[in-house]
Amino acid sequence: MANPWIAFLVVPLVKIVVILVAVILLAAYLSFFERKILAYMQIRIGPNRVFPRGWLQPIADALKLFSKEDIVPTRAEKLVYLLSPVITTAPALVVFSVVPFASATTLFGLLKEPVTPYLTDINIGILFILGVSSVGVYGIILGGWSSNNKFSLMGGLRSAAQLVSYEVPMGFSVVAVLLMAGSLSLVKIVEAQKQAGVWFFLPGIVAFFIYFVCGVAETNRSPFDLPEAESELVAGFHTEYSGMKWAFYFLAEYANMVVISSVATVLFFGGWLRPFPNVAALAFLDVVPPFLWFAAKVGFFLFCYIWFRATFPRYRFDQLMALGWKVLLPVSLANVMAVGLGVLLMGGAR
Amino acid sequence: MTSPEVVRPFPDSEEMEVSFGPQHPATHGVLRVMVKLDGERIIDAKPIIGYLHRGTEKIFETETYNGTIPHTDRMDYTAAATNNQGLVGAVEKLMGVTVPPRAAYIRMLLAELQRLSSHIIWLGTHALDIGAQSPFFYTFQEREIILDLYEEYCGARLTLNCMRVGGQPFDLPEGWTGRCKAFVDQLPARIAEWERLLTNNRIWKKRTVDVGVISAKDAIEWGLTGPPLRGSGVKWDIRKVFPYDHYNEVEFEIPIGANGDTYDRYLVRVEEMRQSVRIVQQCLAKLPDGPVMAKVPKVIKPPKGEIYFSVEGPKGELGYYIVSDGGTKPYRMHVRPACFINLQALPEMVRGLLVADLIAVIGTLDIVLGEIDR
Repeated sequence: MANPWIAFLVVPLVKIVVILVAVILLAAYLSFFERKILAYMQIRIGPNRVFPRGWLQPIADALKLFSKEDIVPTRAEKLVYLLSPVITTAPALVVFSVVPFASATTLFGLLKEPVTPYLTDINIGILFILGVSSVGVYGIILGGWSSNNKFSLMGGLRSAAQLVSYEVPMGFSVVAVLLMAGSLSLVKIVEAQKQAGVWFFLPGIVAFFIYFVCGVAETNRSPFDLPEAESELVAGFHTEYSGMKWAFYFLAEYANMVVISSVATVLFFGGWLRPFPNVAALAFLDVVPPFLWFAAKVGFFLFCYIWFRATFPRYRFDQLMALGWKVLLPVSLANVMAVGLGVLLMGGAR
Repeated sequence: MTSPEVVRPFPDSEEMEVSFGPQHPATHGVLRVMVKLDGERIIDAKPIIGYLHRGTEKIFETETYNGTIPHTDRMDYTAAATNNQGLVGAVEKLMGVTVPPRAAYIRMLLAELQRLSSHIIWLGTHALDIGAQSPFFYTFQEREIILDLYEEYCGARLTLNCMRVGGQPFDLPEGWTGRCKAFVDQLPARIAEWERLLTNNRIWKKRTVDVGVISAKDAIEWGLTGPPLRGSGVKWDIRKVFPYDHYNEVEFEIPIGANGDTYDRYLVRVEEMRQSVRIVQQCLAKLPDGPVMAKVPKVIKPPKGEIYFSVEGPKGELGYYIVSDGGTKPYRMHVRPACFINLQALPEMVRGLLVADLIAVIGTLDIVLGEIDR
C-alpha cells in the first residue's frame, strides 16, 4: 500500500466502522440470545413474534427505544444526567480498537496484501484495555448520583465499590499471563501461546478463574448484579433512565461482556488459534478460519454469562466485598508469585 | 421487648430514609416499608399498610353467610380454599352442623392442594427476590396443574368459592382423583429438583442462613403462626392441636426448624410441601362415598351467639370470629389474618441487617397484602 492516505486514513476508518457496527449489532443480538437461552433454560419460548421467529426483536427494541419520550427528572443534575450514559458507553466501544480478532488475512485471496483484522496493535494493549474500561464506572456513579433518586444513588455507589475492588485481583490475574507471555501487546500474547504450543489457560488455570469471576463482577452480571438488583434497588443506577439514554447503558453493559469474553479468549484461550496450535496431527482444524475460532471462544464465554444468570442467586453486598478482598485478592497474589517462580525456573519469559 | 441498638460504624453519619414500595418490584403487592438506612445497614424499618384495603369485614355484614365466601377468596388470593375452609367451618361450628365425611375429605384435598400451590408461589418468588430466576418458572409449571385441577372441580382457578356451609357444592368430577393422584405422585421428584438448585447452593445459604433470626420465645410473643413460628422450632399446627375436618385420620409430620432463620423457614416450607403430598395421597386412598352436602336449610340462619374457629392456612393460623344475632347476615365477622400478624415482626427481624436482607425477610414471611389489608 504505497499511498499513505489509504494506509493511514481509509483503511483504519473502514475498520473502525466495521468494528463499531459489528459490536453494536452483537450487543443488540446478545440481548436476543440471552432472552432465548434464558427462556429455553426456564421452560419458556422467549421472543418469537417479530418476523421471522423473533430474529428482528433487537431491531424492533431499538426502534422502540429511539421513539420513546426523552424524560429527564425535574430535580436531576441535567448536564451530568445526560452525559453519564455516554461516559459509560464510549470506553466500552473504544476498547475494541486493540482487540485482535484474528491474524493477518487476505480475506480468502481477495486482497493482494494481507490486512490485519484489528484496528491497531499497541505495545501496551492490555494496559490500555484495563485503563479505558475503568473509565466506564464514572458514567455509572455519576448517572446514579445525578438522577437524584435514592435507589440510583445506592446502585451507583455499589457499582463503584464493586468495580474498584474487583479491578485489583483482575489486574493480578492478568499479570500472571504477562509473566508467561513477556509482552503487553495482545497480538504478541497470542503469538506467545502459539510458540508455547499451549493455551495459557492450562498453566494459568487459577489466573483464568480469577479473571473470569472478576470479569463477571465488573460487568455487573449475575450473580454479582447488585448494582441493578431489581428486587432490592428497582433498577439501580439506571432507575430513572429511559429511552435511548437507557439504551446506551444497556449497550455498554453488553459491549463490556463482549470485551471481557474477548480478553479472556486472547489471554487464556489462544485468541484466534486452534486447539493445540503446534500439534501437526490436528492441522485439519486449520480449515476453520482463525476468526471463527475466536468468535466461537467468545461465544462460549458469553453463553457462560447467560448460564450463570439462569443458575445462581445473587450475592449480598458485604459478601461480594468479602469475596473480592478476602478470597480473590490473596489467591491472585499467591498465583502471581507461583507463576513468576515457574517462569523463572523454566528459563525466563519467552 | 427491646431489640439491641444497631451498631453504626460511623455514628455521626447521616441517616437516609428510603421508601420501599408500594410500587417496588420486591415488596409483594402494595406493601410499603419506610426504611432508615445508614449506608446499606438498616437502622429501622416500618411497614405501612392499607393500600389494598377494601373493607372486607364490613362487606361481610351486608352479605348472607354463603354470600361472604367469595369475599374470603379475595383476602389471601393465593390460598382461596383454606380461606373458604375457615369460614364455612366457623359457621358450621356455630350451627352445630356435621359435614358428611366425603365432603370433609374433599375439603382436605382442596386445602392441601392449596397449601402446595401457595408454597409453590412462595418458593418461586422468594428465590426470585434473592436473585435465582429459574426456580420461579420451574415452580409455576407445577402450580399450573393444581390450578387446572381446581378449574375442573369448581370452574375457577384463583378465586375458588369452592365450599358451602354444610358441605361441598359439587362432587368430584369423574377421573379427577386419578389426575390428582398422578400429579401428587410426581411432585416429590419436582420438589427434589427445586431443592437441587437451592438447598445446598453456597450463595443461597449465604443469603439465608442467620438472616432474619427470630427466637422461639420472641416468635410466640409476637403471635407468629405457620412456618415463621415452626421455623423457630415451635411445634404448633392447628391441624394437629385442634384437628378439624378429618385431619386426625391422616398421618403427617410437623416439620420444625432449629435456628429460626430464613434458611430454616425455607426448609420447613419445603418439607411441608412433602407432607401435603402425603396428606393428599392418604385422602385420595381413603375418600369415602356418600353425599357431599349435609341437611342444612336453604337460608343459613345460625343461632344467636359468637364463635371463633381457625384453620391452618399456608401462611399461618387463619381464624374467623363471628357474632350472630340470629339473622341471615353476620352481625360482625372478624378475621384473624396470619400475614398481618406475621408482618408485625418484620422490624424486629431486619434491624441491623442489610438492604438485601430486608427483601429476603419480606419474602420469608410469605405475606399477601390482600389478607393484611382486607
